[in-house]
Amino acid sequence: MPTQRRREFLAALGAGAVAGLAGCSSVGGTAGGTKPTAEGTEPGVVGDKLTLTTTTSTYDTGLLDELNAPFEDMYGVTVDAVAQGTGAALETARAGDSDVVMVHARSLEDEFMDAGYGVNRRDLMFNDFVIVGPGDDPAGIEGADSATAGFAAIADAEATFLSRGDNSGTHTKELAIWDAAGVEPAGEWYLETGQGMGEVLMMATEQGGYTLADRGTFLSMTEDIDLSILVQGPIEGGPERLANPYGVLAVNPAVHDNVNYDLAMAYIGYLTSPAAQETIANYERNGKQLFYPEALSEEPNYEQYVPEGWSSSSE
Amino acid sequence: MVAPEFVSLAFDFPFETVYITSIIRVSLYVSVLAVLISTLVSLPVAFAMGFSEFRGKQFATSIINTGMGFPSVVVGLLVLLMLSNQGPLGELDLVFTKEAMIMSQFILAAPPIMAISLASITSVENRVRDAGLVLGGTRLDVALLTLKEARNGIATAILAGFGRAISEVGSVLIVGGNIAGADGVSRTRTLTTAIRLEARQGRYDTAIVLGVILVVLVLLVNAIVIRLGGQEGLR
Repeated sequence: MPTQRRREFLAALGAGAVAGLAGCSSVGGTAGGTKPTAEGTEPGVVGDKLTLTTTTSTYDTGLLDELNAPFEDMYGVTVDAVAQGTGAALETARAGDSDVVMVHARSLEDEFMDAGYGVNRRDLMFNDFVIVGPGDDPAGIEGADSATAGFAAIADAEATFLSRGDNSGTHTKELAIWDAAGVEPAGEWYLETGQGMGEVLMMATEQGGYTLADRGTFLSMTEDIDLSILVQGPIEGGPERLANPYGVLAVNPAVHDNVNYDLAMAYIGYLTSPAAQETIANYERNGKQLFYPEALSEEPNYEQYVPEGWSSSSE
Repeated sequence: MVAPEFVSLAFDFPFETVYITSIIRVSLYVSVLAVLISTLVSLPVAFAMGFSEFRGKQFATSIINTGMGFPSVVVGLLVLLMLSNQGPLGELDLVFTKEAMIMSQFILAAPPIMAISLASITSVENRVRDAGLVLGGTRLDVALLTLKEARNGIATAILAGFGRAISEVGSVLIVGGNIAGADGVSRTRTLTTAIRLEARQGRYDTAIVLGVILVVLVLLVNAIVIRLGGQEGLR
């Protein structure tokens, strides 16, 4: 188990942190003068740096590093991945501060494209959301036949529920479920954290609360959290409402002429290629597959390139 | 927590080692440079103010003192808005770079360096200055004498600036973006932002290691500055 060895190493490192520092202090001596190694980029050079804004889930699961390393080698470029959450990632792109976006909230993506900020959206992969909570399940939601029923039961019991509250893709989904359940989440039991998925799962463990999580982050953290999946998503036969598709799109160079559009398209081309799709399919944490590739299909799915329900007459 | 089982050598884990050393490097690079620039800007200002009387000096001093308490996240936000493609400095294309982090840390470190140096320069007794003048010193000699007397205070000032820079998390997170490459090499990830990320991912072990390193670093710099501050040290 790599994780196990990693921990052993870290324990040793922790014990030897001070000793290790002696080795690092030479770094301090040259900190002012040298550029860090493995950094071939000079700011301002066009074409060797791609800024990607993405969700915390793709980053925290470790998938992104797995995908980006071959791309960086192939093109001799660096991909700067900034993990922000869907809302913030799109906002950064809207300002022209990133070149390409990988997110998971179709409604927000559509809005972004409709306003003309994004082009060439592609379906990339999917996993699903799950409702997780303490094993003893005080609200009795286990086996609920729909996400809305599960949420309604949590609200009725006024059991602690932790919301991401950060305008991320997961948060957007959560609000849509409350909306569909006809419940206005408010009260002592409903906590808006404003934190990333990992942090919220840790908090839910600490507080014995429920939360909506993407399966990927949940599976990648099973060692550190003490929560059970109480309502499954579609991957395990749960309701379709809990589907979680990821899309990737380029920032429109017609709006921001500074963005690195060519490299962004190369990146999207790479992500949707058989090789990268295979990387996604084979990526596992704790022996479980986290994401399912979706870019390769027999049928051309033109819906993926444009906002849903779009028609050319709306131009 | 897993009970520590000692691994013979760390060399089996190039990724981790590279990760941690590159984070330390970025932290030091950004903070040291920011404090250096802050010092170069702040000391002349503190000096000029310490050796002159002008109207509004009181007001200027209180502005600097206010700057010491300026929240770092707000500084980060302002720097981001300045540097963003939409902002006045958008042309520079500096968002999510070390340069942006240095800018925000410069803004954070300058006020304490300025205020503390100014306080120590003004606290050098007038008698010392008078003595210098009586002994036939030029204004420059007196200035140098004052500087010598105030050196401990100035060392403390630089130290306070560095302490603020290396241990703040809000602004570098916003303007730097906490980026590390796919190869595990930090680009804009500092000790503080890395600790936050590792805690988010539930990897408390790595977070603790980074925390220990951060504390040791700060203590180390403290010790160095105290040594430089003269034999009598800072009491």
